[in-house]
Amino acid sequence: MLARTVTHALVGLDARRVEVEAHLQRGLPAFAIVGLADRACQEAKERVRSGIASAELEWPLRRITVNLAPAELRKEGSGFDLPIALAVLAASRQVPADALLGHAAVGELALDGRLRPVGGVLAAAEGARQAGLSKLLCAAGCAAEAALAGIEPVPLRHLAEAVDYLRGDWVPPPVEKISLNGRHPEPAGPDLADVRGQQRGRRALELAAMGGHNLLLGGPPGTGKTMLARRLPGILPRLPPDEALEITRIHSVAGLLPPERPLVSVPPFRAPHHTASVSAIVGGGPNPRPGEASLAHHGVLFLDELPEFPRNALEALRQPLEDGAISIARVGGRIVFPARFQLVATMNLCPCGARGDPAAECSCSAARLAAYRDKLSRALLDRFDLVVTVPRPRAGELEAGPGEASEAVRLRVTAARERAAAEPLRRSKQANELLARAVERLPLSARGRARVASVARTAALLGGAGEVDAEHVAEALSYRSPTELGASWTS
Amino acid sequence: MDELILAAFAAETGEHIVKEPRERRFQRFRRTFDVDGYRLSLAERGFRFVGQNDPEYPPLLRELHDPPPGLFLRGAGRAELLRAPAVAIVGARACSSYGAQVARLLGRELASAGLVVLSGLARGVDAEAHRGALEAGGLTLAVLGCGIDRDYPAAHAQLARRMCERGVLASEYAPSVDPAPWRFPARNRIVAGLAAATVIVEARERSGALITADFAVETGREVFAVPGEITSSLSAGTNALLRLGATPLTSSDDVLDALGIVPVEAAPIQLGEHATAVLAELAREPAGADQLIRDTGLDASAVATALAELELVRAVTEAEGLYRGVRPAG
Repeated sequence: MLARTVTHALVGLDARRVEVEAHLQRGLPAFAIVGLADRACQEAKERVRSGIASAELEWPLRRITVNLAPAELRKEGSGFDLPIALAVLAASRQVPADALLGHAAVGELALDGRLRPVGGVLAAAEGARQAGLSKLLCAAGCAAEAALAGIEPVPLRHLAEAVDYLRGDWVPPPVEKISLNGRHPEPAGPDLADVRGQQRGRRALELAAMGGHNLLLGGPPGTGKTMLARRLPGILPRLPPDEALEITRIHSVAGLLPPERPLVSVPPFRAPHHTASVSAIVGGGPNPRPGEASLAHHGVLFLDELPEFPRNALEALRQPLEDGAISIARVGGRIVFPARFQLVATMNLCPCGARGDPAAECSCSAARLAAYRDKLSRALLDRFDLVVTVPRPRAGELEAGPGEASEAVRLRVTAARERAAAEPLRRSKQANELLARAVERLPLSARGRARVASVARTAALLGGAGEVDAEHVAEALSYRSPTELGASWTS
Repeated sequence: MDELILAAFAAETGEHIVKEPRERRFQRFRRTFDVDGYRLSLAERGFRFVGQNDPEYPPLLRELHDPPPGLFLRGAGRAELLRAPAVAIVGARACSSYGAQVARLLGRELASAGLVVLSGLARGVDAEAHRGALEAGGLTLAVLGCGIDRDYPAAHAQLARRMCERGVLASEYAPSVDPAPWRFPARNRIVAGLAAATVIVEARERSGALITADFAVETGREVFAVPGEITSSLSAGTNALLRLGATPLTSSDDVLDALGIVPVEAAPIQLGEHATAVLAELAREPAGADQLIRDTGLDASAVATALAELELVRAVTEAEGLYRGVRPAG
């Protein structure tokens, strides 16, 4: 007796169709899973057996072989529990085999037969829809996520419900569809109103939010660098539907999607610790998974204490900073994860942290200082469009009232982004002259010139100007990269 | 001829030699040494040697009680550079941002007044002085404590190359001689010896820069010290020099006055309204951007624009988030 269900295995962010075949034969009772199943997948045996028993169904006392085809594709994770259970039940004629037609299934079984959500449901649902399947059997917790793919989800709380549904004895409750354009409740992030003073830092943050520029905040510890950086997501415009869907798929594959908020509608903010490995940051593993850089796609990757990160991890970020994607090569093929993020980093000016603080004296030797700065390659530093040194605030600034709230800044940024999309901006004659003078005088590299021009455009758009003028170029010049600042960074 | 043999022998034995030794070893070395071949190999690498008896040998160096037998030179600068009026700018390697800014400013201004800026290519003050001179398009000369081909410290290899385009790197040690701690004080005597005046920008209590100052005093040259905060250990050495009677340096004109050079009047610069206001604030004390925003009442983007404008005309410099006015407002 043979039965078949359809499910999906993830390769990178893509779902590949996998057929789960269950075959019951005479012989001593046994249960084998073949088809390159990993450890979690092999353990499905125990969960499926207990799940079927808990649903008060019969475990066939036969020789059971489950094949996951195509056999050469590596299968990982616990999402195969439900399709395996359904294939076994169909093969033992406990559910009608033809009821499974047009359905895909994904989900992990608890020992009591309940269904648990798994990662990557959105990708699986998209795969199912593209394969012409119309319904996806999945845990109730993932149903809303599956619905985003435009497929009809069958939300299940228990294996018994799946059986009742397939027998035609139970109609699943409708799944509330999430509108991609609608407003969704979001957890309130930290607000810019908490930041006192720091006018220059705030301005740089607003420019970064508007233009998607990479931002480096330097300065002695305790001056509010991290505090400022953490407030960037709060002033970024909401994600357009296609971007929201893209980032939701990545977070789903990584298993980071909270069931109560199945759509990531605000730009993600990822802050890996500096002890993170290279593959944790750019992605990797035997069956490659997205790293922090991809999880920050369309959002912010925040690296606190930049020079403390392993140098090879930082250098690995140069590819995504340039191409907006990370490709991971494996013997079996190449996997590409999107990673178009905005990089925000903080650093002290020296290892002891006292540099830039008038009240403290730096105790670092010249060699130690040089070693600290050598950790950051020029190529990486060149990727920062905006560099701001945040000195220790004076007492007077801390007594200042609360600053402008994030919401107001975000409205301004959103409006400026809309203007940016509407019309191209030209540079005035004076602006071009100033730019040429800066190239000669400062000196500014070709990449540096392009960077200054792009920040100047951002400043002009934020200011609502009709063209990029000299004042905008001048402002952009004041956020130059440390490789162009000379004295305090390179000696 | 003899000086070159002496220098090559010193390189061979790793010793510091200023007078012909009486050892047998030297006599043997002298007999077998191929002077012409050595000169040829120097020339092939673009190096030159100026011996004590050559006309290009700087007369100021002869005033030392142990003048180097000769100097190896690297760079496009002519050997006459060694005889031109020079000012040594030396100081701490781990200098503060203030020290770095002052060194660069002095390098720039003294070089544009036509003086050769002389230092040791070390990190910190030395390198900033060289960079300042290069910025002004002036001439600059470094005396090394190792072979001229060694690019020490390695981080300054590019700076050394840039200096060689018009200036000179000099050393009494033959090419390929390794840097060693004891060679640097000996190098400092040449720095002080070549300079008509020596400026100490920042120095801790026991700094190599003070050795240079001692040599300068010994040979009767002018010593300037840049006054610093009395609470900063980086100024302890310079402030001690001032107590001993060094001339306080308050602007590059002090050096020019002492050397009898008439300073060129800087052309007044045209500044915008915001830039003038910001520069007036900076004339009182160095300040961060946020403080300027508060004190001038301008918004963040106006202050950023003004600061960039001032930086372009070199009226302010920035380090570690603190802006410093480097010429009086008005």
